[in-house]
Formats: sequence, C-alpha cells, structure tokens
Amino acid sequence: MNSPHASSRSIAAVNWVAFKTLVSKEIRRFTRIWVQTIVPPAVSAVLYMMIFGKLIGTRIGDMDGHPYINFVVPGIIMMAVITNSYSNAVSSFFGAKFQHHIEEMLIAPIHNWVILAGYVVGGVCRGLAVGALVAAVSLFFTRITVENPLITVMVVVLTSTLFALGGVINSVYAKSFDDISIIPNFVLTPLTYLGGIFYSVKLLPDFWYNISLLNPVLYMINGFRYGILGSSDFPLWWSFFVIAVFILVLAAIALHLMNKGVGIKS
Amino acid sequence: MYALEISQLKKTYDNGHEALKGIDLAVEEGDFFALLGPNGAGKSTAIGVISSLVNDSGGSIKVFGKDLSTERNLCKLDIGLVPQEINFNVFETPLNILTTQAGYYGVDRATATTRAEKYLKLLDLWDKRNGPAREMSGGMKRRLMIARALVHAPRLLILDEPTAGVDIEIRRSMWEFLEKINRDGTTIILTTHYLEEAETLCRNVAIIDKGVIVEQGAVEELLSRSMVQTFVLDLKDSATAAPTLTGFEVMSCEDKRLEVEVVIGQSLNGLFQQLQQQGFEVTSMRNKSNRLEEFFLRLVSKSEAA
Repeated sequence: MNSPHASSRSIAAVNWVAFKTLVSKEIRRFTRIWVQTIVPPAVSAVLYMMIFGKLIGTRIGDMDGHPYINFVVPGIIMMAVITNSYSNAVSSFFGAKFQHHIEEMLIAPIHNWVILAGYVVGGVCRGLAVGALVAAVSLFFTRITVENPLITVMVVVLTSTLFALGGVINSVYAKSFDDISIIPNFVLTPLTYLGGIFYSVKLLPDFWYNISLLNPVLYMINGFRYGILGSSDFPLWWSFFVIAVFILVLAAIALHLMNKGVGIKS
Repeated sequence: MYALEISQLKKTYDNGHEALKGIDLAVEEGDFFALLGPNGAGKSTAIGVISSLVNDSGGSIKVFGKDLSTERNLCKLDIGLVPQEINFNVFETPLNILTTQAGYYGVDRATATTRAEKYLKLLDLWDKRNGPAREMSGGMKRRLMIARALVHAPRLLILDEPTAGVDIEIRRSMWEFLEKINRDGTTIILTTHYLEEAETLCRNVAIIDKGVIVEQGAVEELLSRSMVQTFVLDLKDSATAAPTLTGFEVMSCEDKRLEVEVVIGQSLNGLFQQLQQQGFEVTSMRNKSNRLEEFFLRLVSKSEAA
C-alpha cells in the first residue's frame, strides 16, 4: 500500500474536512428522503394559509395593522423552521445512535464540538430549506415584501440553530423512538402554537398575556415577524436576547453531555 | 517502537462489572497480534477503550508512543477499527460509507474516492458500490467494514472478530488480504473465535480471561509449551469396550471413534502396537483441534478451575 499514513495530517485540518463531510452527509440524508422531510411541511403550510389565511382570515380583518393572511405567514414559516430544524437533528443523531454508526465519528479524530456543529448545521439547513419552500408557497396566497432582510435571515438562522441544539440534546438522552417524539409533541407544538403565530398576544387578557411572556418561542416568532412586516409585539432586542441566551445555554449543555459521553459511550 | 502499549488498564462498568482488572499488553510495530479469550473475557472492552468507544477506569495506553489520554486525536488518526457488530448506515451506499469515513479523518474528497475505489476493488465489492449497503450479504458487510477501517490509511488496524459468520472461502480470501496489508507495514491486532485463524495469521498472542491477561508471547513459543495433544482415531469396527493403554490416556471411546491424549514428543508406535494387540484396527487419524485451540482450552479450563 503506498498511501501515506494518516498521522501526517494536522488535527485542525482534519476537523475542518470532517465538519464539511458531516454537514454534506446530513444534507444528503434529508434530501434523499425529501418526500418525508421537505414536502409535508409545505402541505401543512398550504392548509394553514388556506384555512386560517383565506377562509377564516377574510372574516377576521386586520391584525396589528396587517391583513390577517400577512400576519400569519411569518408565524407559519417560523413554525416549519422550528419543527424541521429540531426534528432533523433529533432523528439523525438518534438514528446514528440506534444503528451504532455514531461510532464512526467517535473513533475518528474529531472534536466533540465539531460533531455538535455538524448536526446543528444539518438541522439549520433543513430548517432553512423548508422555510424557503413554505415562503415560496405563501406567495400563492399573498404578496409580502420583506421589510428587513438582514434581521429576517438572522432571526431564522439563530432560531433554527437553537432548536437543532435542542434536538441533539433530546437525542442524547433518548433510548427509544418514543423518546424522540415526546418533546416535539408535548412541548414544542404547544409552545409554537401558543407563541403568537395566529394572534397578537396584545389581544389576550392580562393573565394569559403574562403567561405568554414566559414562552420563548413568542420572541422568536415576533422577531421574525418584525423582519418581514416591520412590526412586533416586543422590541427587537428582546428577541435576539432570548435566542442568544438559549443558544449559549443549550450549546453548553450539549457539549458537556458529549464530552461526558452521556448516551453514546459506556 | 511499540504500536500499542497498555499498562494496568482497568474498566469497571456502572453496574459494577469489572471487565478489565489491570491488563498489560505490548504490540510491536508491524506485528500480527492475536488477542484471544472466551466470551466475556474483556477483549471487546479492551478494544473499545483503545478505540475511544469506552471510557477507561484507570491505566494508560500509548499508540506509537503517543499517550491516548493526552493526545487522543493524534492516536485516533493511527487507528483503524473493524468492530464486531455491523455499525455502518445501512441506507447509505458502500462508496458513500467509505468516502464519509475518510472525511472524518480529514482525507479530502478526491483522495477518499480514489482510496474507496481501491479497497472496494481489492475486497471484491466494487460492483456493489452504488447500491444500498443493507442489500449486501453478511460476508460483504464484513468486508465493507474492513475497507472502511483502512480508508484513512491507519498504521494500526484492530479487528474484532472480523470473520464471524463468514463462509470458509471468503474467510480465507480475507486472511490473504490481511496478510498482504500486514506485509505492507500495517500492524494488526485480531480477536477471533477461530483459533485456526489466529494460529495461521498471527506471530504473537495474548490470552485474556476474566479481565486478566493469563498468557502472552510468540505463538510458536506458546505452542512449544503445550505438553499434550489429543488425537481422534477412527476405528474399522465398533468398540465394545475402551482399550487399556499403558502410557497413553483414553479420553473417550464411542462406537468407532477413539480419543487418545499423547504427550508431545511421545512415539505413536507404542500406541498403535497396543491397539493392534487388543484387536482395534485404525482406519484414519487426525488432531482433535488445532494446537493453539488445545493450548487455549487447557489454559481457560485451568483458570476456571482455579
């Protein structure tokens, strides 16, 4: 064998190639099964926009100074982004654990933060792909011009990063496929639906308004809505602050779990 | 230089099971080394710790002189692992499995593709390169794991029962392949339940039992210490009673089959003479097991008795 032996490569260079490999593997995974990963959120979005935007929305009138269909579109896009970035990370990481091919990475000279970053970027890519598709579908129902493109992109990328991190943490602890559906069904979905997708929280009675303020998803959806429509229930910095704090906390937890080998090493 | 140097390696699992009780092991660079032991002896745990899949509970490991605890990633670059269980993504194609694994070791895409082609061809998997890995046979999956372990050009290849469940023809072709890469400079550590495999391929051996290395040395040297061997004699007629032999121990006598233990170096002429005198006609004769297997079984049964 004439191959140069592996040890001639530097660890930093190895990790950069490994990161690109992991991200491309993640993208290949969700695009290969696009019928399961990309299409369903678009179908759901069409139904939401048809029912809440067109059929019911025309009777509701304006919300926060915008036609109701325009008000709900940012929330529907964000809901798709949140769900898909989370489910990509959780299903891919748990699948790798379940089939043991996570061992391919654990025996390789890759830093744990690179593995984490690879799965998170994979989740973000799927979140953005689905978000873009839902946004494209929304053009069949309304015409929206994006008020602040930079803020829109920043909020959506950071939010999908946050939920991809959550997906990795969920899958680290998961021991069965049931364990990866509990959080999406019983935590993520209620938080998202109650996060102001379909209504402005200013319409709620004081008690429910104050309860809603504890929901972090509310700030993400409002931040995104500000980017697209130029209006929000809260100052923009609240959104960035909440997202940044959650990203830092979840990243620290995920990295700690991986360094300890929780759920992945004996 | 040692390819692998293990000192006082310990592993106690969370349930309290002490899988490794302080093992010492040294594998020379370029060696073809067998790590043998009965089920549950600690072989896979040792391999798991060396390859960073299992956290150790004490001791030290050096890979080509580098300390695994302080230079883990540099050590990992030098190690290729073929695990006991199939552990690749069965929905991927063999070509993707290999290029992805090479990428995890920092091999660029073009080099990875060239190496993947080389190993898939060498291991007779090239025709299957673009189909889902789940559709391959058991033997093909085993060979794919060998190709995957080699794609980053490791200096130390660790194989944990690589030929388990593989038919003899494929097993022998895998032996030839492993001998070739060993001749080309790759150090190999092999665990196997086929002791014929270890005796044929390996120059040095360590036997582990209940988390302790009970024997270690050159295969030839260990075999020379094996004092007895058992022969199976096929008889022409059924024996009504076991023969009475002086200087030889009859291990069993059933129908037309006789098992006799012979001390190494003892002349067999006396055995045949006594059998002939007692009216037994021998039609064929063979070793009951290969010599390493016999040595191994005696060692393990001695350890169990203790």
